[in-house]
Amino acid sequence: MQTLRRTPLYERHAALGARLVPFAGWEMPVQYSSITEEHRAVRTTAGVFDVSHMGQLELAGGGAHEYLQARLTNDLDRIGAGQAQYTLLTNEQGGIVDDLIAYRRGDDGYLLIVNASNVETDHAALSETRDVSAEWALLAVQGPEALSRLGTDVDPFTFREDDVLGVRCLVAGTGYTGERGCELGCDPDDAPTLWDAIVERGVTPCGLGARDTLRLEACYPLHGNDITPERTPIEAGLGWACALDKDFTGVDVLRRQKEAGPAEKLVAFVMDETGIPRQGMAIDEGGEVTSGSLSPMLNKGIGLGYVRAELAQPETKLTIDVRGRPKTAHVVKKPIYKREEGG
Amino acid sequence: MAVDESYPGDLKYHREHDWARLEGDTATLGITWYAQDALGEIVHYEPPAAGSSLARDESYGEVESVKAVSDLIAPLSGEVVEVNQKVVEAPETINADPYGEGWLVKVRLSDPGEVDDLLDVQAYKQLLEEQ
Repeated sequence: MQTLRRTPLYERHAALGARLVPFAGWEMPVQYSSITEEHRAVRTTAGVFDVSHMGQLELAGGGAHEYLQARLTNDLDRIGAGQAQYTLLTNEQGGIVDDLIAYRRGDDGYLLIVNASNVETDHAALSETRDVSAEWALLAVQGPEALSRLGTDVDPFTFREDDVLGVRCLVAGTGYTGERGCELGCDPDDAPTLWDAIVERGVTPCGLGARDTLRLEACYPLHGNDITPERTPIEAGLGWACALDKDFTGVDVLRRQKEAGPAEKLVAFVMDETGIPRQGMAIDEGGEVTSGSLSPMLNKGIGLGYVRAELAQPETKLTIDVRGRPKTAHVVKKPIYKREEGG
Repeated sequence: MAVDESYPGDLKYHREHDWARLEGDTATLGITWYAQDALGEIVHYEPPAAGSSLARDESYGEVESVKAVSDLIAPLSGEVVEVNQKVVEAPETINADPYGEGWLVKVRLSDPGEVDDLLDVQAYKQLLEEQ
């Protein structure tokens, strides 16, 4: 068995009594106290996640912009230095190799933050980039009070270099919870100091369990579950992140699929009966659940799944096969949960 | 929600981390502290129907945490005479009081002799130490 890698915050997680599990080759905290308590902390105050397992690829100079513009789906001409963009890497069939965020550092320089399980694949597809994952620790601080507790501010999808609680960081207005907040990239040696300072501000340590329920309520797809190399951005509802008027790998397939309309679509749904949908469960009308959980905010089962396109309208009734028991659900508009501003 | 680890001496235990409290020819069933701790906070209890039959060592229902599903394994065979509706409505009761308010079903035993095959508390604790 392959040895699991540990982030620079492993000792902190162990000291807090976290339940540690293998995830994408890393030994990561799934929860510290309870998934629902950590989830609610992010929705009501602030939580901090160690996401140092995520990968970083770098490319600067020598036509970096043109190189990435020809390989990523979104239009990098829409952002300038100090701005970030959600984008995808696709294959020749238009399938999603990974989803990632591109941070533009100048006219011709980028940092890409990619999923931990896809670092090698992405690096192979973007062979001109340098894999600098080992040079970065990454903390996500999320929630309505996240920025005020850190004594900083950053607009969504912008970033800068700055000191946060005395530590030099890349401060980015990005995250994966549906809340305001930031992601802080720093030197791995500084990560424990930064983590301690954040926790001292009353920010709740949160594990990957809460990260998953938060992103599911917000309807952010998880690569490997909801989006895969066999699914296209058009099917996944990520057409907004694809500039079909430029060239990139698989663009022809996506243009044709957009024109004709996809046969299947990724929908969000909420259970009408008790029962919790899980990845891999059949949707009896035709389809499959790709992510499912209990929503801590709605206290109902929620999920994402692919269904035939004619079933994708909100309020459409679906039947989820919960281990042999048919349980009814209905399609909802994404996101499944959004906190009222100021609420 | 967390309560201290405990294994009452008056219960019989099944190696799949279920307990039985015997009262004449009926038994009350539930899951042990170890089982609820391994699952984490329980958010759903899928009970058997009242009147249905339980077969020893087989699944009679499910409990779910946010992340995981776990089968409930019957320590004894019998007929379900009562389902704990309080736990259906508030599954976290299992975490708060696994041997009391968090019981799952009451069954009328079809083969009381099966009790002899269950573990006493010492044997169950021994099993946990080996895991």
